Amino acid sequence: MTRFSANRLTPYLFAAPAALVMLLALFYPIGYMIWGSFRAWDPSQSITETEFVGLANYARLLADPAFHESFWVTLVFAFSVVSVEMVLGVSLALLLDRKIRGMSLLRTLFILPMMIAPVVVGLVWRYMFHQSYGTINRMLEAVGLPKVDWLGQNPLLSVIIADVWQWTPFIFILSLAALQSLPRSALEAARIDGATTMQQIWHIKLPLMAPVLIVTLLLRLIDAFKVLEVILVLTGGGPGLQTEILALRIARTAREFRELGEAAAMSNMLLMLLMVLTLGMFAFTRWQEARARRLRFTKEEEG
Amino acid sequence: MPPIRLEGLVKRYGAVEVLHGIDLDMAEHEFTVLVGPSGCGKSTTLRMIAGLEDISAGEIWMGERAVSNLDPKDRDIAMVFQDYALYPHMNVAKNMSFSLRLQKRPKAEIDRKVRDVAEMLGLSPFLDRKPGELSGGQRQRVAMGRALCRDASTFLFDEPLSNLDAKLRGQMRAELALMRQSVKKNMIYVTHDQIEAMTLADRIVVMHGGHIQQQGTPTELFRNPANKFVAGFLGAPPMNFLDAILVSQGGDLMAQGKGFALRLPPALAARATKLAYKQVTLGLRPSDLEYVPDAPEGAGLNLKVIVSEYVGAQSVLICDCGDARVTVEIKSETPIALGETLRFAVRPEGLHLFDPKTEVAI
Ligand SMILES: Nc1ncnc2c1ncn2[C@@H]1O[C@H](COP(=O)(O)OP(=O)(O)O)[C@@H](O)[C@H]1O
Ligand SMILES: [Mg+2]
Repeated sequence: MTRFSANRLTPYLFAAPAALVMLLALFYPIGYMIWGSFRAWDPSQSITETEFVGLANYARLLADPAFHESFWVTLVFAFSVVSVEMVLGVSLALLLDRKIRGMSLLRTLFILPMMIAPVVVGLVWRYMFHQSYGTINRMLEAVGLPKVDWLGQNPLLSVIIADVWQWTPFIFILSLAALQSLPRSALEAARIDGATTMQQIWHIKLPLMAPVLIVTLLLRLIDAFKVLEVILVLTGGGPGLQTEILALRIARTAREFRELGEAAAMSNMLLMLLMVLTLGMFAFTRWQEARARRLRFTKEEEG
Repeated sequence: MPPIRLEGLVKRYGAVEVLHGIDLDMAEHEFTVLVGPSGCGKSTTLRMIAGLEDISAGEIWMGERAVSNLDPKDRDIAMVFQDYALYPHMNVAKNMSFSLRLQKRPKAEIDRKVRDVAEMLGLSPFLDRKPGELSGGQRQRVAMGRALCRDASTFLFDEPLSNLDAKLRGQMRAELALMRQSVKKNMIYVTHDQIEAMTLADRIVVMHGGHIQQQGTPTELFRNPANKFVAGFLGAPPMNFLDAILVSQGGDLMAQGKGFALRLPPALAARATKLAYKQVTLGLRPSDLEYVPDAPEGAGLNLKVIVSEYVGAQSVLICDCGDARVTVEIKSETPIALGETLRFAVRPEGLHLFDPKTEVAI
């Protein structure tokens, strides 16, 4: 009897240290942040000296047009980069999924941007976007097109381009892996059934890649909501509030405006948004596993 | 329905040549079975006909048309794959109608076709299910159904039954045999199973090592194998091979070996006397031996029974003959005991001789 219960406890005992670390390292800061969001809190105060203000921080945010602007910029940024990256990444994968000499070198080159530190990406693009001696404008000039004031007139577009450049490879390699694990014979069957290249992509490849693509999309979306470095270096959120995404606004609220409580409230709202996305992802994988289990079950039933 | 002709078909993977010039003429509406051990190049041949593999040399003709540069979809073929290759995300009806939907046929026509084929294959209750929700046998039927829904002139099968359990395989084999009577199409069927080949084929093509060993009707190949490989490959249990020397005895030619001396029938003897050598390989099918205690000299041989495998109405005996093993097929009611030495008669037409070096039949 004792042996039996000890055996049952073993897994929990093994998990205990990890759980403890998680409690301290993950939930404590989050709890601290949630607690702080209900208080009027200047960085010079310790949290015990602060005054409890209830939902005042949240109320102020909801009424603050600058927060609205920032929230909107974040949504536009996240959804546009992720859609463009998905389309580009998946198309590239479909294009490069073939056996040609030199293809593996090409694939390696394609994922280079992902390996570069975001700060460096920001600096490089800032140089490339420069009004008079930036690479892009010089190229436009060379083919006889007018110069564009990238960071001044089209700041959001510019940061979107930089982010797309850096993160398309992520989608590309995951899509390529998904493509290469597709059942080869089903694609051959489609060729014999008369499907053209486009029809194979549309009717067979994309539907079969869908599970991977959906998870990739969610991962990228969560990440895009938290982007900071590239924009910080490229535009610093400006001009005005045009590229001030939430992460940047949180940092400014805390450091420049010295409103830790409000910054915490803002972080909480971002966290909740991301939680919804993450729960969506979990729900999706759960649903998939349940489906796989059901299929396995029917198979086993038949022996 | 054009007849199909393969002309000097060669396949190389890099420097390795796996098919060394396949020549084959298939008549219209013929059920051709490519059979051979695993790795002999059957699938490669079939996939080249389908257009899934490039041709290194040679040509494929369908009627008057050279097709080696055509896409699979322009070759007027349907194919059933070994792993079925169903589209996992489409239900049975969608799987079967995929090609018709691509051709933008009218919906009513598609529905009718799918219904008819599903009816014929007993798939009607499963039309809404995804492949993952079907058993192996049902998936196999869907794969057949998908091919049948197309009005292709040629059907290609790559070991369609090899993933089924023995009982189901037998059942599907019978259904295929039935289906081929009603479906008038060119059929090319690849298998490593000689029973499938024997039961289904109009023409069997035995392949080995990237070469065609022999082709002909099942009876032709069974009765007159062209070489030792074909003789050993077709028929179960397989043919026995014994070393023998040709000796003349009282005007008759005898095949003599350790523990036996068998008189050759006149036709075989006439061919054997012309040989420049005396050393031969003697082939005897287990079914050409019969338990006859008083078989006369020169028409039978003595075998010591060491194992008896009961398989129902028939039993397979494994016997010692000199220092070789011989299998014999007998009726199970024959009274025999292990360890006994018994006398078996050999049917004269069951004697086969092979050149021991080239393995060609004499
Ligand atoms: N893609 C490939 N690359 C190299 N060798 C191959 C390839 N596909 C098949 N082969 C070789 O070709 C030979 C014939 O293969 P296959 O036609 O599949 O045989 P089977 O008769 O079993 O269907 C085998 O020896 C196999 O190793
Ligand atoms: Mg094969």
